Amino acid sequence: MHPYLPVLLVLSVALVIGLVMSFLSAFLGPKRPSAVKQEVFECGVAPIGSRERMSVRFYMTAILFILFDIETVFLYLWARTFKSLGWFGIVEIFLFVTILVAGYVYVLKRKALEWD
Amino acid sequence: MMQLPVLDETAVQIIATIVKFLVVLVGVLHIPPVMIWVERRVPALMQRRRGPNRVGFFKWRLWGLLQTLADAVKLIFKEESVPGSAYKGFFHLAPLIGLLPTLLFVSAIPFGPAIEIGGWKIPLSVIELDIGLLFILAVTGVGVYGVTLAGWASNGKFSLLGSLRASAQMISYEIPLGLSLIPLVLIYGSLNLQQLILAQSSVWKWGIFLSPISFLIFLICMFAETNRAPFDLSEGESELVAGFHTEYGSAKFALFFLGEYVAMFALSCLCSVLFFGGWQIPFVAHEQLVSLTGSVNIAALCGVMALLLKAAFFMWLYVWVRWTLPRFRYDQLMKIGWKFLLPLGLANVCVTALVLAALA
Repeated sequence: MHPYLPVLLVLSVALVIGLVMSFLSAFLGPKRPSAVKQEVFECGVAPIGSRERMSVRFYMTAILFILFDIETVFLYLWARTFKSLGWFGIVEIFLFVTILVAGYVYVLKRKALEWD
Repeated sequence: MMQLPVLDETAVQIIATIVKFLVVLVGVLHIPPVMIWVERRVPALMQRRRGPNRVGFFKWRLWGLLQTLADAVKLIFKEESVPGSAYKGFFHLAPLIGLLPTLLFVSAIPFGPAIEIGGWKIPLSVIELDIGLLFILAVTGVGVYGVTLAGWASNGKFSLLGSLRASAQMISYEIPLGLSLIPLVLIYGSLNLQQLILAQSSVWKWGIFLSPISFLIFLICMFAETNRAPFDLSEGESELVAGFHTEYGSAKFALFFLGEYVAMFALSCLCSVLFFGGWQIPFVAHEQLVSLTGSVNIAALCGVMALLLKAAFFMWLYVWVRWTLPRFRYDQLMKIGWKFLLPLGLANVCVTALVLAALA
């Protein structure tokens, strides 16, 4: 059996069961919609929606996340082959990490990670 | 007598996979009711209250154990209200996207050693991959989409703010979570979860003793990844009503709840697998257990119980911490993630690699 076949099986079974559970109350529950009920909840005042600009810090966090997450994945591959690579692997990965840490220090200095 | 069709290896494994997944699913569906009950009764004990104790079975009250069952039935029979200004497709899809990755996650956990049924060897994990650890990390990453889409598609202020906070927090803590597990891969030299367990053959080879810093980082990230107290800013009731699921009700709300508790359970299992020897019973080798009980299957069942007990401790820890620690501020949360855990995780990886290379 292909090792990834169970992933597909689990995903399809879970999808069917999830869809059934998700629409359970659409079939079983009452349906009495009204204009007020279908407003979004904003503590009773007239809702003004959420189509606004967000703080740029969230975007910065997301971009930095991609950077460091890819670094983490690279480190996994190195960690798995660590024993066969020996000192060569250590030197190479330390160079890689040093470059990334330089970037990290730059990000810190530019105050991209300050939340106040 | 009817002749049974002859099954080949592939057919057996496919049937076994589906059966195993259904067993896991049924088990996992019982976690939210029990955990919610624990989360009401335990704080009640801590605060000298009674907590829910009425709903029972005729004259037996069962310490209110059936309260959450009643709540679940109520949720299913509620009217489903969709905000008029919501993006309908994503609004309906978001709870599913939140739930599916957690089910995949829990399927990748090896609950015990392989069992034997009718001569077939069946591993006790639904999905057994050589890159199990990477698979789990990838799958937890997908979970962020459910939270983000739920808040954005609801088109409400509180939902959007809650989902922004939650997704920023989850991606921030995913990096230290990933970094904290690399020393274990370095030490045990495998990404396969079953082999990681087998490598921790005695208590002193457990991950917590060989890499305690990793355990510390992982434990903190466990709480942050599931948006639990003290990192539950995304649902700060006093500021954001309920966070990203403010607009959800009925069965979809129940799905979000299910997803959250399954994620907690899966992370508790992963913690036991990586740091506490998984299904191995302390001081009793698996071979000893097999010869003692005289059956591979009974020994495997003992292993499953051991793993579940270890996981139950961490589930209890979730509740304990929630009612002990106050909530962090958002800038503190980000500071811990980016300025403390990330450098600590990197340093931990580098030091572990150097020590291992020096010892080799």
